[in-house]
Amino acid sequence: MMEPGLYHILFISTALFFIGVYGFFTRRNLVTMLMSIELVLNSVNLNFIAFNKYLWPNRLDGVFFTIFIIAIAAAEAATAIAIIINLYRSHRSIDVENAEEMKY
Amino acid sequence: MPNLTYIALIPLLPLAGFLLLGIFGRNYFKTTSGIIGTTLLLIATVLAIYTAYGYFFEYGKVAGVYQKLVPLHYTWLEFSKGVSIDMGIILDPISVMMLVVVTFVSLMVHIYSLVYMKGEERFPTYYAFLGLFTFSMLGLVVSSNIFQMYIFWELVGVSSFLLIGYYYDRPSAVAACKKAFIVTRFADAGFLIGILILSFYSGTLDFNTLIQKLTSPDSVELKNAVAASFLGVSALTWGLVLVFIGGAGKSAMFPLHIWLPDAMEGPTPVSALIHAATMVVAGVFLVARLFPVFAISAPEALNLVGYVGAISALIAAVIACTQTDIKRVLAYSTMSQIGFMMFALGVSGHGGENGLGYTASMFHLFTHAMFKALLFLGAGSVIHFIHSNEMKDMGGLRKYLPITHITFLIACLAIAGVPPFAGFFSKEEILLAAYQHNSIIYYVALFTSGLTAFYMFRLYFSIFWNKKADIHGEHHGEGGFALLMPLILLAVGAAAAGFIPFGNFVSSDGTKLESAFHLQFSILPVAIGLIGIFTAMWLYKKKNDKPDKIAASLSGLYKAAYRKFYIDELYTFITKKILFNLIGRPAAWFDKNIVDGLVNATGKATQTISEKIKGMQSGKVQQYAIYFLIGVIALAVLFIYVWK
Amino acid sequence: MSGSTIIFYLLAALILVSGAMSVTSRQIFRAAIYLLFSLIGIAGMFFWLQYEFIAAVQIVVYVGGIVVLIIFSIFLTQQAGEKLAKQKLGRQVFSALAAFCGFALTLLQVYQHDFIKTTAVAIEPTVSNIGNQMLGVNDNGYALPFEVVSILLLAAMIGCIVIAMKSKPEAA
Repeated sequence: MMEPGLYHILFISTALFFIGVYGFFTRRNLVTMLMSIELVLNSVNLNFIAFNKYLWPNRLDGVFFTIFIIAIAAAEAATAIAIIINLYRSHRSIDVENAEEMKY
Repeated sequence: MPNLTYIALIPLLPLAGFLLLGIFGRNYFKTTSGIIGTTLLLIATVLAIYTAYGYFFEYGKVAGVYQKLVPLHYTWLEFSKGVSIDMGIILDPISVMMLVVVTFVSLMVHIYSLVYMKGEERFPTYYAFLGLFTFSMLGLVVSSNIFQMYIFWELVGVSSFLLIGYYYDRPSAVAACKKAFIVTRFADAGFLIGILILSFYSGTLDFNTLIQKLTSPDSVELKNAVAASFLGVSALTWGLVLVFIGGAGKSAMFPLHIWLPDAMEGPTPVSALIHAATMVVAGVFLVARLFPVFAISAPEALNLVGYVGAISALIAAVIACTQTDIKRVLAYSTMSQIGFMMFALGVSGHGGENGLGYTASMFHLFTHAMFKALLFLGAGSVIHFIHSNEMKDMGGLRKYLPITHITFLIACLAIAGVPPFAGFFSKEEILLAAYQHNSIIYYVALFTSGLTAFYMFRLYFSIFWNKKADIHGEHHGEGGFALLMPLILLAVGAAAAGFIPFGNFVSSDGTKLESAFHLQFSILPVAIGLIGIFTAMWLYKKKNDKPDKIAASLSGLYKAAYRKFYIDELYTFITKKILFNLIGRPAAWFDKNIVDGLVNATGKATQTISEKIKGMQSGKVQQYAIYFLIGVIALAVLFIYVWK
Repeated sequence: MSGSTIIFYLLAALILVSGAMSVTSRQIFRAAIYLLFSLIGIAGMFFWLQYEFIAAVQIVVYVGGIVVLIIFSIFLTQQAGEKLAKQKLGRQVFSALAAFCGFALTLLQVYQHDFIKTTAVAIEPTVSNIGNQMLGVNDNGYALPFEVVSILLLAAMIGCIVIAMKSKPEAA
């Protein structure tokens, strides 16, 4: 096994990103879809930090972006859960297949 | 020069009447609309006469020459520098004269219609249309821009269409109004192309600039317009000829005259206003407006005007001798008289003594408006009394309609050119101008004026003398003051208008034109006129079989003239057989099968495809997300590997 | 092989395995717990990268905030012991294929790319450095985005309350 570096971390983040994408495609429950999105966001955070560390250690921009993404993710999660709860009230279900009023 | 902006009121007052009566007439002015329209027009008439007085006697003349004044001018739509459609008012002798003629005749017709059209279902609409027509005609005569004139020209056409088709429940009236509209529209296309040619070469649409650029001998524009040629004729001539075609359509010149007799389906006062005194002279006015260009730069075009005028005058006069519907006789007589005006312009030159034809033409336009409106209104009275248009139903009416009889006689004498009535003076000037410049036209005109006297007195004797018409039961007499007052006023005009020294006011270059009165010259035309009158008297004063015998002996010619020389049939043949069959049917087939087929196929294809792919719009978030990812991957591959 | 390397591989395995379990587990509560582990793994990775502040934020916000929120919403919307509905097999295969294609393409690009490290002097990502620079108003300052994010958070908070509020029954 070789010494871990930038490429290793990029591998992890890419894999995690597509795991999240896969989950977003296959999950039918809205809460689990939200969880997949969190995975995707985290993979991006990891990317930012890795680039910051290995390529531009003289700057802190990657850190700032990560902080902003975490903040926005928190806001997004809260809003999404509010919507999910509202949907549950009206449909008695949070299955994404049941929320298809926007059909042609 | 005093403030002349009030002149804008002259056309705008009838417009106000049109809007008021057109929008509110049916609900609020069911009976008072006539009074409203007439009052507005009375104000306009007073303003027009005031303007004429001011122009001719106070501020119009500068150093012995009548100026072209432009008291109002708005640039409206500018295409490029210098080429713009403007709204303006131009004051020169002919436009001021036309202002007076149009407002006066229109006022007479308004008053006359108060009685004549009383009780009509669409009385307010009728007055609204009259207002629209008067507005457009006044706008036409004061136009300072050739495109402005075109706009009003079309408005005149529309209001004429509306008024001819006023009795829209009669199929013949509907057919007539369509015919009038289509024929004049056809001619107007020529006018439009002419405008485009003229403005292309002169770089302006403004009348004054246009005339100045196309007449001054050293102008670049004129040289270009003359140098460019098509089929051996210069572009300038083409432009003017096309403009003249527009004028010929409106003025019912041969061979575009076929709509005028049919237009008599409209109410008789309308015929008096539009198809006798005002609208049909618009073509003459148009040629007169551009007269300097015609006379100085394109004498060939002016020659064409002259010959077309002469031919129209002759043909119309011959046809008029055979018609039995009194309004149709008057219609052909109108056409014939407008032919006189046209060829008078055609034989005229520009400036000084040469411009006699121009003055004569405008003079005849003026007097003709008086006596022809009078003839139509008189015919209206007769029709109102006898409820028929046909001569055979009339006769001996002088006892029942004494005032109509006298005024009608005055008008007939005037049109026949008997001194001292108005028509004598104007027609003598025309004949003199023709005599001086073109002997062929002169003899045609001389013969035609004899025919004019003949058919007018044939009409007169058939209506008021001849046999005694059977008047059954109670009749309602001549009608009230409102019916007679216009007749009397117009009769005064027809009798006395000839004494106006017209050459002092209207001439081709604005200077004073001394119209010398030649006694020896006048003898021949007057004698020919009198021969015509006495022939008519001999044939028609008492009921006898002489006319029928003559008609039988001239059977071929008579029949041809009675059928209007088969011109209508020729048009029908050309349109129905040639245009419809050879062009219309293939075009219809092409439209139905190819064009419609393509359109339907496009629609059907769209529908089929959308049926197929609408499943993609499933409303399911995850499907959309998958499409999105596939799209992103495809784009990434495309950008990275294909379009490096 | 140093201890650091071993720790890295352990963390990587934790992140990926629990991430994969989190999107495949058919029991929603377990999925949430696997997510929790995955997020802790990422926090550990931040520690390993010596970004202690970010790691702390990650634990506080994600583990302490978002995951708790998700678990709450699971309690609110889910009947106990119920298994998640299964997705159609075709969809599963297709999604896996699409995700794998994306993964392969991205990795291909990543490994083909030659990243160049800057030669400038490094800054320590200490809390004071981060705070000074993020709230600075000079060229590298992030004061304005910081304020914008604060407004966004406020708006999101109000929006959540409005959306999730039980609408009063209409007088009908």
